[in-house]
Amino acid sequence: MGEMTTTIPWLSLSIFVPIVAGILVLIFGRDDRADYTRKMALVGAIVSFLVTLPIYFGFDSSTANMQFVENVSWIAAFNSAYHLGVDGISIWFVLLTAFITIIVVLAGWEVITTRVAQYMAAFLILSGLMVGVFVALDGLLFYVFFEATLIPMYIIIGVWGGPNRVYAAFKFFLYTLLGSLLTLIAFIYLYTVTGTFDIATWQATQLGYTPQLLIFIALFAAFAVKVPMWPVHTWLPDAHVEAPTGGSIVLAAIMLKLGAYGFLRFSLPIAPDASQSLSGIMIALSLIAVIYIGLVAIVQDDMKKLVAYSSVAHMGFVTLGFFMFNITGLEGAVMQMISHGFVSGAMFLCIGLLYDRVHSRQISDYGGVVNVMPKFVTFFVLFSMANAGLPATSGFIGEFLVILGAVEYNFWIGLLTATALLWGASYSLWMVKRVAYGEIKHDHVREMKDINCREFLILGLLAIFVLYMGIHPKPFTDVMHVSLQQLLEHVAISKL
Amino acid sequence: MENQFNFALALPEITLSILATLILLVDVFIPSKNRSLTYMLSLGALVIVTLVSMYQWNAGVAGHTFYGHYVTDPLAHLMKVASYLAVMVTLIYSRQYVIDRGMVKGGELYSLTLFALVGQMVMISASSMLTIYLGLELMSLALYALVAVRRDSLVAVESAMKYFVLGSLASGFMLYGISMVYGATGHIDLAGVAGAVKAGNVSYMAMTLGTVFVVCGLAFKLGAVPFHMWLPDVYMGAPTAITLTIGAAPKLAALAITLRFLIEGLHGLADSWQQMLMILAVLSLAIGNLTAIMQTNFKRMLAYSTISHVGFVLLGLMSGVNADGSLAIGAYGSALFYMLTYVLTTLASFGIILLLSRQGFECEEISDLKGLNRRSPLMAFGVLVLMFSLAGIPPLVGFYAKLVVLQAAIAAGHLYLAIVAILFSLIGAYYYLRVVKVMYFDEPAADAPVIGNQLTFRSGVMSVNGLVIILLGILPGGLMTLCVQVIDASLKF
Repeated sequence: MGEMTTTIPWLSLSIFVPIVAGILVLIFGRDDRADYTRKMALVGAIVSFLVTLPIYFGFDSSTANMQFVENVSWIAAFNSAYHLGVDGISIWFVLLTAFITIIVVLAGWEVITTRVAQYMAAFLILSGLMVGVFVALDGLLFYVFFEATLIPMYIIIGVWGGPNRVYAAFKFFLYTLLGSLLTLIAFIYLYTVTGTFDIATWQATQLGYTPQLLIFIALFAAFAVKVPMWPVHTWLPDAHVEAPTGGSIVLAAIMLKLGAYGFLRFSLPIAPDASQSLSGIMIALSLIAVIYIGLVAIVQDDMKKLVAYSSVAHMGFVTLGFFMFNITGLEGAVMQMISHGFVSGAMFLCIGLLYDRVHSRQISDYGGVVNVMPKFVTFFVLFSMANAGLPATSGFIGEFLVILGAVEYNFWIGLLTATALLWGASYSLWMVKRVAYGEIKHDHVREMKDINCREFLILGLLAIFVLYMGIHPKPFTDVMHVSLQQLLEHVAISKL
Repeated sequence: MENQFNFALALPEITLSILATLILLVDVFIPSKNRSLTYMLSLGALVIVTLVSMYQWNAGVAGHTFYGHYVTDPLAHLMKVASYLAVMVTLIYSRQYVIDRGMVKGGELYSLTLFALVGQMVMISASSMLTIYLGLELMSLALYALVAVRRDSLVAVESAMKYFVLGSLASGFMLYGISMVYGATGHIDLAGVAGAVKAGNVSYMAMTLGTVFVVCGLAFKLGAVPFHMWLPDVYMGAPTAITLTIGAAPKLAALAITLRFLIEGLHGLADSWQQMLMILAVLSLAIGNLTAIMQTNFKRMLAYSTISHVGFVLLGLMSGVNADGSLAIGAYGSALFYMLTYVLTTLASFGIILLLSRQGFECEEISDLKGLNRRSPLMAFGVLVLMFSLAGIPPLVGFYAKLVVLQAAIAAGHLYLAIVAILFSLIGAYYYLRVVKVMYFDEPAADAPVIGNQLTFRSGVMSVNGLVIILLGILPGGLMTLCVQVIDASLKF
């Protein structure tokens, strides 16, 4: 597989501009001059986004090769390199991460009043680390970024979170650490076999069935927890409910994708035979997530919990798409990942806006919000529809393609998958009905103010992407098509 | 044989012995307030020996002398320089603490520390069983006295007593083992022992039994379970400044004699001692991590965490021979890397406790750190870095230490041991996270004062220490390669 190098290290810039910006905010940001700190963070986030744009505009979508490659020796003793690159899959997550960071900084503008500098810095640094995960082409480098993301997230949940934040922060950290430590063992094993941490070499290495199986299970431990797949999803509702709005947005929009991306980059290409033979189990787990968790979401009283469970259900679509091994399902899965980034981020943001005004996440504390916040409810309904997979929104494309892929794979599985549209509509629309419509039952609802300019801007930005992706998905699928096709061809060849 | 009394090889030890004695004399005749002159002179002496060793290392000075009792090689240079720096940093961190607590009414603190360092240097450069014992006792006696340096503190005196009694017992074990090995091989120098073992005409029974006793003694000095009982009590009971002295540099010396004794001397018996180390390693990981969870005292928690880290070092040491019998130098390099980075992190951890302690206030309980982020963000960030490094979370140096050891273990065919170690370090992550939680998530106690970020010499040194931990986390390759190189260049098999 050829690689295209670049003269300007755009990928390194995408990683380190936000990290450096975060450190600068940490050093120079002062809590007694919070406004100044916020502006500094916003400038940092915008610059971080701007440096990712050349990657998009310079990207050649006609090839599956790695592009914008940087390769420098890093740890000679382990034959490990600072090796970066993007292909048609990872490029989307680089852009998404940088974009969501701007949203997060704006979302925390007036809400976060304590330790502003640390809050902003944590998100900026986290953003750089997550970009690193998506562009690392070296196993050790990937692992370092993958696990380093835990530190800022732990702090974010624990410091700015809700009443039960300590429990949620510990659960989040230890749960995901357990999975990633087993992955580390698998990585070390792969290093011992191949003598390098280079991912491309790992993908090309022949492995027996038993090693493949063990590697698949070890990787599954990390990625399934991160996605999260049923039954290891229990950390997610806790983390989401307790995290501040910004934390929930990043968790749902990007951190969950780290796990899904791991399946694409590691599990499938390194252990193709194990992936094929275990695909039945994986599909079953995904279907449980789609159907059972969808049902669980319906009965939630807490809005954040509801959206958290709906995230698990949506990520079930993603893993389902991965393990059917056809291009329709795979493209649908990646589309779903991108779309979920926007939609779930937007949903958490909407709930955050409500929470800022009333300080409650209980659905029963609302009702008739449309009477006082018409602008807000317009967006809220749009994003809920997207969450339910309404055509012409981004949510539809991914789900539709995955369902098509499932039907292609097996009619009955396709049928079961399609029921998800029903559950999605049930939980989303029922929540909208109870929160936004009906009569105003509580006095505090009557006093709510509609969204201001800043909030309108954030929601508007997200809405543009959600609609654009839903109406005109071709630019997205075009870029990823070749890379996914190549991945499928690679997985189809047995390593035995 | 060439000149058997090549004093030039032992130049650092000779220099430091002379300087330490001179400092002792100066201290008697020129008693400055709070012994600031003694303090400055001690630091000066350390700088001088550092330069001497660096020069020797650079010039490639190496060889045996004193009839094979003494060796100078790259391993010795590396570990000595690391020990000097550790002691220097120890003295700087503890300066304010010892003044506040009246521990420098006499200058013995500094002389004893320097003599303990001489003992460590002798251990590091020992190439016969006699020298090992000599260095060990020189170091230990000085350390016993140091623990008791606060005569008015009942707890300190009690732990000194404990340390002394148990330490002597361990020395006795070691001496007994040495006598057996000597009896079986007829050699006192390690090269001779190795030769006799290789030739095969020694009593296997006597050698194995001797090895058991030797390993017991070494395990005591390292602090491995089940020879760890002294460690939490001494760490907690000793004044924090002394805990730092005991917890940092002596660990390097203990690793040095372990490397020399087991690998240089008894490598032919690796099959036997690897199994012993395996048991010690697993027990240390289990007991260390599980017990640390229950601790409320920060120093005691760090003591148990030390025990668990020793487990990792032992895991590296026992992986030097692959499943097929071939050698893997990298494993010994990984143990060395682990210990060096561990000492670096320990220095900073106890250093922060020293910085937080004030006159009349000992920062000892974990709850004393409550809300530290509110009171001093920089200090809290420092502890955060240390805790995540000890927990082995990238991108901090503790992660690479675990990585190299686990890689060595897996390469040697101990996959299941690696998984056990990983699971226990997950448990370990919990108590490190708890410290971060206390600092960041909890509100400060009402009476806790705000700590200013005044820039003093020691806080500067502390920042450098923290930066090194982060930098080594980003670029660990150089030190890793160096560790393997010095092992390769120094130990003969």
